[in-house]
Amino acid sequence: MSKVRLLVGTRKGAFLLTSDGKRKKWKVDGPHFSGWEIYHLKGSPADPNRLYASQSSGWFGQIIQRSQDGGKSWEAAGNQFAYDGVPGTHQWYDGTPHPWEFKRVWHLEPSLTDPETVYAGVEDAALFRSTDGAKSWQELSGLRGHGSGPHWQPGAGGMCLHTILLDPSDPQRIFIAISSAGAFRTTDGGQTWQPINRGLRSAHIPDPDAEVGHCVHHIAMHKTRPGTLFMQKHWDVMRSDDAGDSWQEISGELPSDFGFAIDVHAHEPETIYVVPIKSDSEHFPPDGKLRVYRKRGQEGWEALTKGLPQKNCYVNVLRDAMAVDSLDDCGIYFGTTGGQVYGSADAGDSWTPIVRDLPAVLSVEVQTLS
Amino acid sequence: MIRIVLPAHLRTLTGAGSEIEMEIDPPVTLQSALDALEARYPMLRGTIRDLHTRQRRPFLRFFACEEDISHQGLEAPLPDAVCSGAEPLLIIGAVAGG
Repeated sequence: MSKVRLLVGTRKGAFLLTSDGKRKKWKVDGPHFSGWEIYHLKGSPADPNRLYASQSSGWFGQIIQRSQDGGKSWEAAGNQFAYDGVPGTHQWYDGTPHPWEFKRVWHLEPSLTDPETVYAGVEDAALFRSTDGAKSWQELSGLRGHGSGPHWQPGAGGMCLHTILLDPSDPQRIFIAISSAGAFRTTDGGQTWQPINRGLRSAHIPDPDAEVGHCVHHIAMHKTRPGTLFMQKHWDVMRSDDAGDSWQEISGELPSDFGFAIDVHAHEPETIYVVPIKSDSEHFPPDGKLRVYRKRGQEGWEALTKGLPQKNCYVNVLRDAMAVDSLDDCGIYFGTTGGQVYGSADAGDSWTPIVRDLPAVLSVEVQTLS
Repeated sequence: MIRIVLPAHLRTLTGAGSEIEMEIDPPVTLQSALDALEARYPMLRGTIRDLHTRQRRPFLRFFACEEDISHQGLEAPLPDAVCSGAEPLLIIGAVAGG
């Protein structure tokens, strides 16, 4: 019997939500790391019992936690994220040079094949890799050093590397995204990088179609089509069919094309999901209605509302807070800043709150276990 | 023998009790106390002092004998009452809330 495990990171701890393949009854386990911000936790595709978690606090800084038994127990791993060489500077909010300073880990991406290898996206933006189960970390400094790094500038949420996509068909190809620098790609395992932002337009930068400076919020990929990428940008939902070489807008008739989360159906590579948010200063859904929007191929956007609050709802859904399982009937999950985690066992047609009153949800990942 | 009291979240992280007792060769300073503490509990590295600058994290303070000793040099000797174990070295997190 299949089983599903949700890994939920919140402002005040981590929660593990488990269910059988029917996904009707859920067991809630937590909080783990009570009182700490858990920006992200994720399981290794190569060993589902190996979990990694980013634990941080304003008082005590960054901790990396590792579990080898599916979250029953945890151990602190390495937390030394040292920029390679002389860190140099990026632009500060006022346009002056500002030294690169490590603040926290936003995203952990375990290798697709090796439980000991895991990537970390950090603020100030950089990509680190561990090959010893998170005991030690080395920066893939070609990203910051490729040329445009000194021109990167933080958005209001900080200059974070928040998205890491590993290409299942090519271990040397990785896509990452940074707020607010844009998207980047390596085809040599992280040694060299190039910006992949052609076709993006951002009104908040002096040159709206500049090579870098775009506030990319999240990128999603289907594992069978790694050359097709879907992006939720600060404003605009975008699509690339050439591995990021060019982007086309697909926002269509969405009630708002601002948002954070985006994901792809587990079995339909042309079906994507977003959660429209009203604007960058109003981080809540348009009209107080929490709606997931689904787009199937060339069809238009379809509002998915059954089971979701359709009045007086003013929560946000953050960039890492949506995930899909890989059961035959694809399950979709997302968490809100109001502490709800919603689940759908029918590809979004209907939704049920799994939990309603967690701390603000920062991230949701899902493991489909056999 | 000196006694060190950690903030609650670091007690949880270490699994230590309410007080940690340690034997440290004299002269006992903040630096030698923190070095010994991190050697026994490696998971504390970076949580009290920044990993790169080795400076106290800004939202933490060191108290001893009803005094804030956060700004005394790391190499300055700790008070005799702390070195003898009569008084604990307190590591305190800033209050927060609203």
